[in-house]
Amino acid sequence: MVELALPKNSRVGTGKTHPKPEGATNTKTFNVYRWSPDDAENPRIDTYYVDLDDCGPMILDGLIKIKNEIDPGLTFRRSCREGICGSCAMNINGTNTLACTKGMDEVDGDINIYPLPHQPVVKDLVPDLTNFYAQYASIKPWMQTQTPPPPDRERLQSKEDREKLDGLYECILCACCSTSCPSYWWNSDRFLGPAILLQAYRWLADSRDEFTGERLDNLEDPFRLYRCHTIMNCANTCPKGLNPAKAIAEIKKMMVERRG
Amino acid sequence: MGMRTPLKNVRGLGSAKEGTTHWWHQKVTAVALVPLFVIALAYVIALVGADYERVRYILGLPFTSVILLLLIGVTFYHLKLGLQVVIEDYIHTESTKIVVLLLNTFFCAVVGLASALAVIKLALGG
Repeated sequence: MVELALPKNSRVGTGKTHPKPEGATNTKTFNVYRWSPDDAENPRIDTYYVDLDDCGPMILDGLIKIKNEIDPGLTFRRSCREGICGSCAMNINGTNTLACTKGMDEVDGDINIYPLPHQPVVKDLVPDLTNFYAQYASIKPWMQTQTPPPPDRERLQSKEDREKLDGLYECILCACCSTSCPSYWWNSDRFLGPAILLQAYRWLADSRDEFTGERLDNLEDPFRLYRCHTIMNCANTCPKGLNPAKAIAEIKKMMVERRG
Repeated sequence: MGMRTPLKNVRGLGSAKEGTTHWWHQKVTAVALVPLFVIALAYVIALVGADYERVRYILGLPFTSVILLLLIGVTFYHLKLGLQVVIEDYIHTESTKIVVLLLNTFFCAVVGLASALAVIKLALGG
C-alpha cells in the first residue's frame, strides 16, 4: 500500500539551534532538514540565523553562508548559482524550487528547507536521483535518424519547426516537477514522471527526428505515460516556468492521432 | 536488485503498448455522461410526486428506457475504468491488487446488469 506516514526511522525530530551571529540586527531564520548515513539517528531540523546585512540575496547565498561560517557539515548540491544547472533543487517552504533563483525576500517568516520529496536521501539536502536519471536514459534523449546527415552541412529545420521546441528545450532536469507529483511519489518505479515525459516530447516534437513511432511505442503504457492524472503540480512548481502537463497532454494526443 | 543497473530496473518488462484505449474510453464516457445525466435528472425531477403507475409508464417509454440503459451502461463502464486506475495507483501488493481489481470488475458488471434489467423489465412491461 501507499505509505501515508513516514517510517519510524524517517520521522523528523528537532535538532540543534545555532546561536545568532554576534552583532547582527537583521537576521533570517533557516530551518534545515539534516540527516546523515553515518550514524543511526533520525532526521532532524537544525535552526540557523543568517545575517542579512552580510549575505547575498538568494536562499542559496544563505545556505552557502551557513556552510562557510556556521556549520561546514551542512551538505547540499550547488554549482552554477544562476538557475541553469539544476543542482540546488530542494523543497523550500513547501514548494520545490531552485535555491539559487529564489530570493530570501520572497519568503515571509522562517525559511524551511527539505530535500526534494519522496526520493532516497544521500545526506542532508542531497537526494538520490539514480532512478530519475535512468528514466531519462530510457527515453533515448538524442536525435535518432535513419537518413544519414547531409555531407556538407547540418540537418536543417524550419523556423516554425524550431519554435515547436520552445517551452521544452529550456528544461534543466532539476527534478522539481517529478518530485512534486503525487503520481510519481506512488509509482516512480514505473511512471516516468513529468520531467522525463517533457523531455520525451521534446524529441517527439523535433522535426529532424525520424523515430517518432518507436518513441511513442516505448511510452504507450498504462504506467509509463498514463499515470499522469493532470494534477498540475509540475507546472505550478517548475522554477523555469515550463508546463510539463501540457507536454504530456500533447503525447496523449499523438497516441490518439496515430490510431486513425 | 543491487547488482542490476538502474536502467535494467527502469526498462523492466518493456512497454505494454496499450493504455490509450483505456484513457480514451474514460474521456469519451465522461463526455457522454454529461447529457445523459442531465436528461435522467430532468426525468427524476419531473416525476417527483407522481404515482407508481405514472412512473412505470414514463420510464417504460422507448426514449426514456434507451436513455436510462445508456446512462447505466456508461456509468458502470466509466466507474470500472476509473476505479481501476485508483487501485493501480494506490495498491502495490500484487496479490491484494489482483483481488481488488477483480472485485471492481465483478461489482460493476453485476450491479450494472441488475440496474439494466430493472429498466428492461419496465420497458417490456414485465
